[in-house]
Amino acid sequence: MEKGGQTSRSRTFRTPILRTVLIWALIAIALAVPVAVAAMSPLLAWREPIYILACFAGIIGLALLFLQPLMIGGYLPGVPARLRNTLHALIGFLVLASVLIHVGGLYITSPPDVMDALFLRSPTPFSIWGVMAMWAVLTTALLAAFRSRWRLPNLIWRAAHASLAIVIVAGTVAHALLIEGTMGTLSKIALCALVLAATFKVIADRRTWSVVFRRRHAGR
Amino acid sequence: MTIAKPTRREMLAIAAVATIPASMQVWATQASAQGLAPTPTMRGGANNYRPGAPIVERIGAGGFLMTGTVRRAGDGAPLAGRRIQMWAHTTEGHERDPQSHGATLTQADGTFRLDMPQIVPAFGQPHAHLAYDAAFDDAGFETVFLRPLMSSASDRTLHVDFVLRPV
Repeated sequence: MEKGGQTSRSRTFRTPILRTVLIWALIAIALAVPVAVAAMSPLLAWREPIYILACFAGIIGLALLFLQPLMIGGYLPGVPARLRNTLHALIGFLVLASVLIHVGGLYITSPPDVMDALFLRSPTPFSIWGVMAMWAVLTTALLAAFRSRWRLPNLIWRAAHASLAIVIVAGTVAHALLIEGTMGTLSKIALCALVLAATFKVIADRRTWSVVFRRRHAGR
Repeated sequence: MTIAKPTRREMLAIAAVATIPASMQVWATQASAQGLAPTPTMRGGANNYRPGAPIVERIGAGGFLMTGTVRRAGDGAPLAGRRIQMWAHTTEGHERDPQSHGATLTQADGTFRLDMPQIVPAFGQPHAHLAYDAAFDDAGFETVFLRPLMSSASDRTLHVDFVLRPV
């Protein structure tokens, strides 16, 4: 019944597409489920639209932190390599926008609580982590914007970007986990674990620091 | 059969441990001599405060019971007729909304209780705000702002103790 090579050829052709669809489906689920669970939170009934907007900007910002390392690490099937940097920069811009909407929306909702957080005198233990991540996002955006104008050496840029990325991810995850908000507990923990794993993987694979160490050891 | 012969180091350790109960007693005596310590203002306690909210029978439709005591620092005497204001993010409004604020007076035994709408988590924690504001009470105690946390968002009541320092 089988006609020798034809079957295996069509199989090798078909498998990558199936794999691509499957991986994107899993990523879509990982991103959509936490947002959908938050959208069903009973707390939303007692919040004003601007407060809800601020909440979801934070949740979407966290979700983008899962997509961001996958994009630059080249783990997303179907994305052409030449588009990776552009899309990574675009997602970075969206992260920046979500941080600004998150903090701005919270400020409109309750100015004194946000001022306390920004001046590091908030009674809530999660604020300090969020503020830390916010400054790391702003610094990254600044470096990315002026990287070529300031003629930042590539090595310095990569080391700085990777260090800031770790601060952003660790700060955001700690911030999210300590908050009792609209996100569901399980989907929040799962998304945070994915964000940490993706970040760890891309930094390990790209060997950001091994480049530095190798040069130093070579003594050139 | 062996008889324990402690070394000098062991003897010193035993002696040090033996003095712990005595030193704790001294510390306890000092604490009681100073008396009941005043409640310090909490960080963020005054956030979204609206000075001079009216004294009410109940805030909104009620359903959540705020209880507490007000005592004098030092001797711990209950303070009657003291004005306590409270506000929170509830099912009926945000902290900043006027309808989220209300005040009550303490009873003869220094306790207070006020029915208010159910508190819901806001800004990451289920919490309330309470104030003893000297500007609206002439008893001569220092102003205190509190921001107590509920142990669970599903709690239907919260108890808060004030110990006021005479001016």
